[in-house]
Amino acid sequence: MSDSFYEEPSAPGQTGWRAWLLTTDHKRIALLYLWVVLFWFLAGAAFGLTARTQLMAHGQHLLTAKAYNAVFTLHGVIMVFLFIIPGIPVILGNFLLPLQIGARDVFFPRLNLLTWYLYVAGGLLAIGSLFAKGAPDTGWTFYVPFSLSTQTGVTFTVFAVFVLGLSSMLTGLNFITTVHRLRAPGMGWLQLPLFTWSVYATAWVQLLATPIIAVTLLLIIVERVFGVGLFDPARGGDPLMYQHLFWMYSHPAVYIMILPGMGIISEIFPVFSRKSIFGYKAIVAATMGIAIIGSLVWAHHMFVSGMSDVAVLLFSFLTFLVAVPSAVKVFNWVSTMYRGSIVMSPPLLLALWFVFLFTIGGLSGLVQGAAGPNVHIHDTYWVVAHFHFVMFGGTGFAFLAGLHFWWPKLFGRMYDFKKAYLGSALLAAGFLLHYFPQFILGLQGMPRRYYTYLPELRPLNFAAGIGAYIMVAGLLLLVANLLLSLRRRRDAPGNPWDATTLEWQTSSPPPRENFLAEPRPPAYPYDFRRGG
Amino acid sequence: MERTDAAGVRLGMWLFLYTEIMLFGGLFVLYSVYRHRYQAAFAAGGLELELPLGALNTCVLLASSFAVAAAVESVRRGLKKAALAFLGSAALLGAVFLLVKYGEWSRKFALGLYPGGARLSAEPGGFKAFFGLYYALTGLHALHVSIGCLALGVCWALVWKGAVHGGRLNVLENSGLYWHLVDIVWIFLFPLFYLVA
Repeated sequence: MSDSFYEEPSAPGQTGWRAWLLTTDHKRIALLYLWVVLFWFLAGAAFGLTARTQLMAHGQHLLTAKAYNAVFTLHGVIMVFLFIIPGIPVILGNFLLPLQIGARDVFFPRLNLLTWYLYVAGGLLAIGSLFAKGAPDTGWTFYVPFSLSTQTGVTFTVFAVFVLGLSSMLTGLNFITTVHRLRAPGMGWLQLPLFTWSVYATAWVQLLATPIIAVTLLLIIVERVFGVGLFDPARGGDPLMYQHLFWMYSHPAVYIMILPGMGIISEIFPVFSRKSIFGYKAIVAATMGIAIIGSLVWAHHMFVSGMSDVAVLLFSFLTFLVAVPSAVKVFNWVSTMYRGSIVMSPPLLLALWFVFLFTIGGLSGLVQGAAGPNVHIHDTYWVVAHFHFVMFGGTGFAFLAGLHFWWPKLFGRMYDFKKAYLGSALLAAGFLLHYFPQFILGLQGMPRRYYTYLPELRPLNFAAGIGAYIMVAGLLLLVANLLLSLRRRRDAPGNPWDATTLEWQTSSPPPRENFLAEPRPPAYPYDFRRGG
Repeated sequence: MERTDAAGVRLGMWLFLYTEIMLFGGLFVLYSVYRHRYQAAFAAGGLELELPLGALNTCVLLASSFAVAAAVESVRRGLKKAALAFLGSAALLGAVFLLVKYGEWSRKFALGLYPGGARLSAEPGGFKAFFGLYYALTGLHALHVSIGCLALGVCWALVWKGAVHGGRLNVLENSGLYWHLVDIVWIFLFPLFYLVA
């Protein structure tokens, strides 16, 4: 067995921490990202759990109203900008995209390392904003006019998001160039594995949408520091324009979050059904379709903000349209299992949870996208439940499924299945107990972002709190189980799942330059006929 | 790792330029909405700007863009001295642009035409929006000109050292592309602010 990239530093001769912090190897950078992202994920979960603990009882007890505002703002900012937007592309995308297309590295390896430093700097700035002038209390959306008038350290938080955006945008640029220029001979566009397709589509959204939020956030800083006033009615500005610009990025950003997750699921189903993916081309088309239509639906966040009725109906229609390609994918995954030889495994279990939770989340999104019901549920817990179903039930579960699927590829070690099953069952059960009541609370009119609620809403809030603790226990078990596997010897087989895509053709963990022999892409990435 | 795929490097640069266009695009969206809303105030605002200085700066940037293009062609043909002269004058013209811009801003500041300034505060909202956009857009653009000047300076040093030559043009070509973008953004800013009256 030859040496893996762990034994051979990417800048030759570097040892110790320099071999990691100065590396240009996409695999090492992916692992650098893994540890930092995991840290932020757990930190974000801790903030979320604190908020839910406050809500388990009525009135002010654990947190003051002001502290609660800071806690949910940090939960949102961390989860959105430090975990779920970068998460899958920078870890699994970084590690696997070059492997899946038979390349030795990404196209701009040094730029890749720079994005990691920008990401770390953005995280430090976000933490720093806590201590600058008081914790930010605007929510993750930084809506004007409050974000202009609040006395807390929002300027820092906004700048942190700007830096994180730069990191995300450069990652997108790198991945697009990589897919265009570094595919191995014989790897045509329709031989690309679906995970690569999804990361590629995501990269375009990252590239084209992120600058909009960058300039919008710059304007917030400029207004706060220099008093320019482009969003201030007293100075000729219009706060509604902030919302437009914000959502022009932030709605496409939810597809930055979900598309890579869908890519992971599209890899897992064929492998554990021992059957070709149903409708490869349909999934590719749906992926690009989501990326394109998803960029045109932003104003459905603003139905009650005072837009014209024509705009409301148009954006409502487009919102329904974007549900079509998402539904196509769900049917594809389910059809892939039909008459397959299904092998249960932790990645598949997590992927099945994904389909279940994401479907609920997606359908509940249509209720919001319809112009009428939206008025009733806008800014209620219904919305909170909806986006946690798609973001956590969707992307979060997909992220965990992907980690479990490719863990042996990343580290050459297999984890304990029993604990993984138990962890995912706890996670899913806690999830349902936690978020499902929030749909009902929303319909009953409980608004988001308040530290307390009407007394009669206490039972459901209490139940949701219990669910949150079960969910976090499951999450910790899953993560601990993965980490414990690192104490074992590196003994996982090179291709433990008998998967067919290119990354499994090389050893696990892969050698420094990924492939010892010239990689030979299969004519079709999901062909399970040969043995296996 | 020795890079040989010039087309790939150029693709990366073009993608970066798209992001720059989107960055300015956000502000152009604001411009079009507010212009639509405050037509008269925008026309009045345009009259406050000094057309000759704006026109001068347009010529300065166009000339510098030509110089950059000529520099790339000179390096391609192996004319090192000419390339250095062209690159030097392009960077110099960039500096002239910034100087003129600085002069314009100071004159407006002297008149109290800045956010919070005595005169602007007394004007109606549309007029304030015009100047808010003027400062935001020309400020962001000036920042890009400064970065572009630095990039051209680095290219000058690289050509001088011989690190950029006919067979190794990536850095110079990409800096040139960036400079042309900065130029073209100004080509839009000039009519939107100076000629709107």
